[in-house]
Amino acid sequence: MNDENKEILSIILLIFLPIFLFFASFLLGRYPISPIDVINTILCPIFPQLEVSPTITTIVFEIRLPRIIAALIVGAALAMAGAAFQSIFKNPLVSSDLLGVSNGAGFGAALAIILSGSNAVVQIFAFIFGLISVSVTYLISRAYKAGGILILVLSGVAISAFFNSLISAIKFVADPDDKLPEIVYWLMGSLASVTADKLIMISIPIIIGFAILIALRWQMNLLAMGDEEAQSLGLNPSRVRLLVIAGCTLLTSAAVSVSGVIGWIGLVIPHMTRMVVGPDNRILIPASLSLGASFLLLIDNISRAFISIEIPIGILTAIIGVPIFLYLLKKGYSEWS
Amino acid sequence: MVVDTKLFDVRNISFSYENEEIFSDISFSIDKGDVLCILGPNGTGKTTLIKCLNGLHDIDSGEILIKGKNIKKLSFKEISKHIGYIPQSHVPSFPFKVLDVVVMGRAPYLNLTDSPKKKDIDIAINSLKTLGIGHLKDKEYTNLSGGERQLVFLARILCQQPDILILDEPTSHLDFGNQIKLLEIIDNLSKAGLSIIMSSHFPDHAFLSSNKVAIMKNKMFIDFGSPDDVVTEDNLREAYSIDVKLIELDNKRKVCVPLKTNLELDL
Repeated sequence: MNDENKEILSIILLIFLPIFLFFASFLLGRYPISPIDVINTILCPIFPQLEVSPTITTIVFEIRLPRIIAALIVGAALAMAGAAFQSIFKNPLVSSDLLGVSNGAGFGAALAIILSGSNAVVQIFAFIFGLISVSVTYLISRAYKAGGILILVLSGVAISAFFNSLISAIKFVADPDDKLPEIVYWLMGSLASVTADKLIMISIPIIIGFAILIALRWQMNLLAMGDEEAQSLGLNPSRVRLLVIAGCTLLTSAAVSVSGVIGWIGLVIPHMTRMVVGPDNRILIPASLSLGASFLLLIDNISRAFISIEIPIGILTAIIGVPIFLYLLKKGYSEWS
Repeated sequence: MVVDTKLFDVRNISFSYENEEIFSDISFSIDKGDVLCILGPNGTGKTTLIKCLNGLHDIDSGEILIKGKNIKKLSFKEISKHIGYIPQSHVPSFPFKVLDVVVMGRAPYLNLTDSPKKKDIDIAINSLKTLGIGHLKDKEYTNLSGGERQLVFLARILCQQPDILILDEPTSHLDFGNQIKLLEIIDNLSKAGLSIIMSSHFPDHAFLSSNKVAIMKNKMFIDFGSPDDVVTEDNLREAYSIDVKLIELDNKRKVCVPLKTNLELDL
């Protein structure tokens, strides 16, 4: 098979994989539903003459659909943001929470939980503190005159550690009977409590984030050549980088606010995608959207269908992601060094 | 009345880096088709000067005019339509395909949210062919030899369709044969109407492809003019602090031969 056919084949696979998984995922779960029932239920709003039982309608639309969509969106958002960060920081080993977004969001959620917030408040706090932590990271890096990428990454590490210790502080004072387990559970990441309302709340930041990254994906190629070269090619590197960081931060904060902290996707998936489609961000960015969505949906299906106790998905992504990462690291070294 | 506007006019520019003056009061100008070779010892600020010339660093005083327009008033995008730049060294990034690297040279003509169109890809393929490396187009640029990679970057800045190429020591990572090939390519490009500013460690290179030479030392140009006038035994002695013999070959080409200093270390 020549290169061009291979490319077309991988693009077709990347388009159909999440679509296939989307439909297949309705079949999984404790209450058995047949493929015909799924199709009928989904088509029912358009063709009212189809007969579907109300139980199945409720399960499909109110339980499985939000969760499936959440897995797709969260996986896509984390993977795409990770791919963008890897490109603009010229480093295949960074992930979507490089600039402190996860710990910032985690602190926001923990704070909302001890303040007895409702689910909506927890989500809003997580989202806003995700944005705040990255903004602080960015502003600190701007305060250093000869800043550049290294200072940005280092202040990300510092801010991340700072919010992590604030999370510990909140855990320390939290009521160990109810608040503490809730915080711990949130930090492990889960899609079990996703509702349609939660998804509607994040729709705008998610759409803006996707749009920014898709629109700027070719410019990220230029940024990957380094700031001086990007500028000599007519790009304003700090402005484009700021836009990309803003897009990534909207995506990851929104994703984390519905799912809690889900690690490894933003690191492993972009890495894996680059091995399949190459480093050109014109393809890499949309391809990691597809693979990220598929991967998280697959893992969520495993967590809710094949294991009798539901394991928080953040644990599963790490258990599955770490071996993949170590394998890629070994393989990748020969290619990047 | 015809106003005499130089293609590239540098007037009394100075630059300091964190209170340390790198160079001051440098002036020169070049026209269409000129090749200027900037010579000078290590650490004299050639690279800094070059980065100022294409707007990567802001000069402290003086002005740089491209076709009469002050570079400070131009956006990065406008500068990149006039000037193509190859840095002295490139830190390899992801294994992009050669064609993807070359087509980046079309960025000055694309909007922020655009990707290159068919027309841009055709231009990129053409500049690869012009430099005789069309066959490399699907290779990963990180796997090329130093000489091939330098040609890929040259193809990329040709895509920018600039008036001036600014090359920071374009031959420094090349072997003996590739150095001459690159200088001949530079010669061809200047005959096709491009102007070139390059820095070099080799005074010989000034004779091979340039019609103007500057020698930079102690924060200024100690001489500027035609190769025959500037690359002299006296000037080279002053620049590099060694004795140099100039020899004329049979075809009137001059070469510089550094003489041994008889340095003796007390070992």
